[in-house]
Amino acid sequence: MSEAVLSSGAAVEAPGTKGVMDDFSRDKQVFGMPWGKAMMWIFLLSDTFIFSCFLVSYMMVRISTTDPWPIPSEVFALSFGGDPIPLILIAIMTFILITSSGTMAMAVNMGYRKDRSKTFWLMLATAVLGASFVGMQAFEWTKLIMEGVRPWGNPFGAAQFGSSFFMITGFHGMHVSAGVIYLLVVAFRVKNGFYEKRGGNYEIVEIAGLYWHFVDLVWVFIFAFFYLW
Amino acid sequence: MAEEGQQHPIKIYLWIWLLLFVVSFFSYMVDYLQFQGALRWTLILVFMFVKAGFIVAIFMHMQWERLALKLAILGPPVAILVLIWLMSYEGFYIEDSRVEYYGESTMEPQTPAHH
Repeated sequence: MSEAVLSSGAAVEAPGTKGVMDDFSRDKQVFGMPWGKAMMWIFLLSDTFIFSCFLVSYMMVRISTTDPWPIPSEVFALSFGGDPIPLILIAIMTFILITSSGTMAMAVNMGYRKDRSKTFWLMLATAVLGASFVGMQAFEWTKLIMEGVRPWGNPFGAAQFGSSFFMITGFHGMHVSAGVIYLLVVAFRVKNGFYEKRGGNYEIVEIAGLYWHFVDLVWVFIFAFFYLW
Repeated sequence: MAEEGQQHPIKIYLWIWLLLFVVSFFSYMVDYLQFQGALRWTLILVFMFVKAGFIVAIFMHMQWERLALKLAILGPPVAILVLIWLMSYEGFYIEDSRVEYYGESTMEPQTPAHH
């Protein structure tokens, strides 16, 4: 059996489920992509389940508590001299993360164009935005801790609010922090020509990008369920 | 296309970027304008899924990947729906038990939190 093969070495995909059957029964590379990218996808799938467990447990404690749930709109309000603006810090953090997702998407694109300089600067911008996101989260944690929010209780209502908040945003913040380090490593390797010595393959930028977009994706769900609901 | 190394026109990224900003603004407005009840929850979910869809399909290039990968990655999370269903069912049961045995009521109006 001879299949048509693409320049990457992967077989041309047959349409529909025929292609799926072919891919899984090929006895070698299944997804027609570098193993690093496939492994990142599978890692992200497992991470999806971890975050889902946190969000589902948050849902359950919020349903089962008989105390009123603190109103996020008020708890996360921030005043810039005047009246408190509801949820403003979280909105800014959301926009920062989306901006960083955009710069990352552009970096991946520039990587495939082998424009090393632009890839480096865009990845650096992404990392800086990510770091500022973590900084704001640290500010938010500090503010809430000063107001007396603890994992076992808080002055606003149901005690479970604190544990859900610290667990969910803490785990997400940890992902962002790890992502910043990851991006910086890849960015400087792009800059100093590390990947040129390995055949000039910039797939690695896309793999780092997948991780970064996933972090943004998780934030979309946290924003909707924890802050807005 | 996937085999070409996911090379796509920059224009599509810029468009999606802009749309993500607009949709995020809308979802913030849901809170700012204090929509309540079913309307609030519907809007939150709609905007959430639109944003998630754009990120996965375009930024993560899932739209251009092979069907085998799409099924392998997007299929399993559907199981989470079962977990959500089970845990909400259990959650309501626990709440009912607490009200019944501890006599706590959730029917009182929510007192606004002051700080």
